[in-house]
Amino acid sequence: MSDASINNTTQTGQYEAGFGDYYALLKPRVMSLVVFTALVGLLVAPVSVHPVVALASILFIALGGGASGALNMWWDADIDRKMKRTQSRPIPSGKVTEGEALGLGVALSGIAVVMLALAANMMAGALLAFTIFFYVVIYTMWLKRWTPQNIVIGGAAGAFPPMIGWAVATGGVSIESILMFALTLAWTPPHFWALALFTKGDYANAGVPMLTVTHGRKATRAHILGYTFALAAVALALGLTSIGGPIYMVIAVVLNVMFIKGAYDVWRRTDDDSDADQHKAERGLFKLSLAYLFLHYGALLVEASLKPFGMGGW
Amino acid sequence: MAIRAEHEIHQRRLGRNVGLGLVLIGFVALVYFLTIAKVTSPKPNTLPASEQTQ
Repeated sequence: MSDASINNTTQTGQYEAGFGDYYALLKPRVMSLVVFTALVGLLVAPVSVHPVVALASILFIALGGGASGALNMWWDADIDRKMKRTQSRPIPSGKVTEGEALGLGVALSGIAVVMLALAANMMAGALLAFTIFFYVVIYTMWLKRWTPQNIVIGGAAGAFPPMIGWAVATGGVSIESILMFALTLAWTPPHFWALALFTKGDYANAGVPMLTVTHGRKATRAHILGYTFALAAVALALGLTSIGGPIYMVIAVVLNVMFIKGAYDVWRRTDDDSDADQHKAERGLFKLSLAYLFLHYGALLVEASLKPFGMGGW
Repeated sequence: MAIRAEHEIHQRRLGRNVGLGLVLIGFVALVYFLTIAKVTSPKPNTLPASEQTQ
């Protein structure tokens, strides 16, 4: 046997994970959304925060998000092995063991919650703890495999970061932070169901009750349109609060008209239409949804940055 | 084929250890600067000593 044949494994045949494999457990792409929305929540709040406290708070919120990602991968390792999209994750690919993911997730959750409570305040720490609990226990362990509304529940967990950012600055919860939460909450279903419409078969193989599987693709198209109307109402309502303003409102109106048009196009299509052009409208709506969220939060940030100069806001 | 003293797995372990070391150093630095920021920032809603009344 040559030394080349043992490659990345130990003498017992077990793969030794590198630093990057553990980092991948934290779902870095999801973490980037968490960081961005939490940062916006923190910066648009009417109370200024010391830059070091702000930096530390955002890092601990990101760490908490990453920890819940690791716990999600630990629990979902069985279905991750079955889906093409998730087969390359650290556990299904054999790079990290399930026990390591559990240990890392629990340890980082504890560190993130305690450190955020110490760095910012108890409310922010409590909200982060609830977010981790909600994502791991309520969504991952309980509702993801039980209800086709799983995406809505998962979306709620992903919607907490701007609320936590707001709590870091103000120490509380207000209509602005609740509406920022509602924006991400209502955005998630059309975003993921549009994706599910052009990645069909994958969730069915894993036995996850995705709406496309349980209620069919026609019902999913109707749900996308319904949630899009709810999303537009929330997005415009957010513009009327103290953190909104004319710039946000213009951007919100344009984006919501585009999003409703996209969702309407997806709703009126049949599966034959969709297959014929390789799901062009569904892919288009998914791409638009990515820009939609980024631009809404970006507009809130612009309004907040203009306030010191006497501009921005109503 | 001769067995190399430095196998890829050693580099992997080194990378993991260096990565963890940097994370720990970063954490210590963050807590240090956080402490400085906390002890030097005025408490919210408190006036400077010169403006406080008896």
